[in-house]
Amino acid sequence: MREISAELIRDTVARLAVEACCRLPESTLNAMRRARERELSPTGRDVLGQLIRNADIAAAENAPICQDTGLAVVFAEIGQDVHITGGLFEDAVNQGVARGYTEGYLRKSSVEEPLFERKNTGDNTPAVIHTRLVAGDRIRLRLAPKGAGSENKGALHMLVPADGLEGVKKAVLETVRHAGASPCPPMVVGVGIGGNMELACLCAKKACARDVESRNPDPRYARLEDELLELVNGLGTGPAGLGGSVTAFKVNVEFCATHIACLPVAVNINCNAARHAEAVL
Amino acid sequence: MPATHHLTTPLSKDDIRKLRIGDLAFISGTVYAARDAAHKRMIEALDRGDPLPFDPRGQIVYYVGPTPAKPGKPIGSAGPTTSGRMDAYTPRLLQLGLAGMIGKGNRSRAVMDAIRDNVCVYFAATGGAAALISRCIKSYVVLAWPELGPEALAAMEVENFPVTVVADCYGGDQYEEGAKPYRRV
Ligand code: SF4
Repeated sequence: MREISAELIRDTVARLAVEACCRLPESTLNAMRRARERELSPTGRDVLGQLIRNADIAAAENAPICQDTGLAVVFAEIGQDVHITGGLFEDAVNQGVARGYTEGYLRKSSVEEPLFERKNTGDNTPAVIHTRLVAGDRIRLRLAPKGAGSENKGALHMLVPADGLEGVKKAVLETVRHAGASPCPPMVVGVGIGGNMELACLCAKKACARDVESRNPDPRYARLEDELLELVNGLGTGPAGLGGSVTAFKVNVEFCATHIACLPVAVNINCNAARHAEAVL
Repeated sequence: MPATHHLTTPLSKDDIRKLRIGDLAFISGTVYAARDAAHKRMIEALDRGDPLPFDPRGQIVYYVGPTPAKPGKPIGSAGPTTSGRMDAYTPRLLQLGLAGMIGKGNRSRAVMDAIRDNVCVYFAATGGAAALISRCIKSYVVLAWPELGPEALAAMEVENFPVTVVADCYGGDQYEEGAKPYRRV
C-alpha cells in the first residue's frame, strides 16, 4: 500500500486546471503550424496565424487560451495499491478545481441544476470525473477542460451491425457537417465505436481528449482515423468555419466490445483549443 | 481577393454597404458586450416599453462572456461565443437600428433576412483566439445588470479588433459560400 494524500491530489488538480487552460499542448500547437502550411484558403491561413499567436500570448501571460474554460473533465486512473489519506478522492478533485479556477482567473461555467434556476455554482465545480481502477500504486490524473461550443455539437448514433463501416463514416461526417463553425474548427474529432450507449460516449470523450499526435494502436482503426480525417477535411468548413481545406487536425477513434446486435457510434468534438494536462502521482 | 476595412463605430449605412462576405475588418471604438441573459433582459425591457441601456443605432453588439480580469487588466480572455443562441432576440434589435453583431457560427433564416432587410452586418471573430482579442480591448464598463457577472451588459472600447464579414447586407453567407471551393464530399 502506498499512501497518497487528498491534499496532494487537490493541489495537483488545481495546477493542472490552470496549466490546461493557459498552455496549449505542444502537439496541438504543432498541428496548428502544420495546418497553416497546408491550408489552401488565405482567410484560413490568417485564422490559423491568429490561433498560433493567441497560444503564444496565453502562454507568455499565463492567460486562458479561450474564455470558455469549460467544465473540468478529469480522467483518473487509480492504482489498486494506493491508499488515499486525509479525505475523499472526489472531494479532493473538486477542491482542486475550485481553487484552480478561482486563483487562476478562469471562467466559472457550471450551473448546479440544468432546467429551472440554472444557478452558477461559483467555482466551476462539480468536475466531471471518470475513474478507473488499475494495477499499481500510482494515480494518473488527466484534466481536459471542455467548452460548450464544441460539446453541444456531439452526437450519439445507435447504428446496427448491417450499417457497417460505411454507416460509421456517414455518422461521423454528418455530425461534423452539422457542427459547422460552432466548435471553432480546426477541431479534434473524437469517435467512440462499440460498447453500449454510455460506453460509446465515454470512448468518444476519451478519444477527443487524446493527443493529436497519438494513433489508435490497432492498425485497422488507425487507418480508419486517417480515412475519417480525409473525409472531414473534404467538407470545406475550414478554420473558424470560413471555408478551407483544414476542418480537423485529427480524428481519434476508440473502440470497445459490443453486443451482437449493436453498433453504437458516438462523436465528441473538441475545438482548436484542444487542451489537456496530465500528472502522475 | 477579400478587401480589408478599418471601421470606427457607430457605423453608417454607407460603411455597411461597402462590406462583402469574406472581407476582413479591424473595428475601433465602442462595442457592446452582451450574451444570452443580457439579451433576454433587453427584450424584456422593450416589452415593458422601457428604453435599452444604450442607444443601439449604428452600434455593434459583441457576443462574449470573458474570463475574470487579472489585477490591472481591463478584461480577461474574451473570444466570441456561439451566436445562434441569440437568434431569437436579434431581429428586434436590428429593427431598432443596431448595425451589427460580432460572434461565431451560423444564424437563423430570420436573422439573415433581418440583416439584409435592415442593411446590417454580421462579423465573426476567431473562436479560440481569446487572449489575442483581449489585447484589442482597452476598457470594459458594465452598463446594466451587474448581477449577471460575465453576462452583464457592458461597453468596451476596442482598437483594431480583427473580424471577418460573414453575413452582408446583400444576403451573402460566408459560412455557406466559403466552404464551396474546398468541398469534396
Ligand atoms: S468551442 Fe472551444 S475554442 Fe470555441 S469558444 Fe468554445 S472552448 Fe473556445
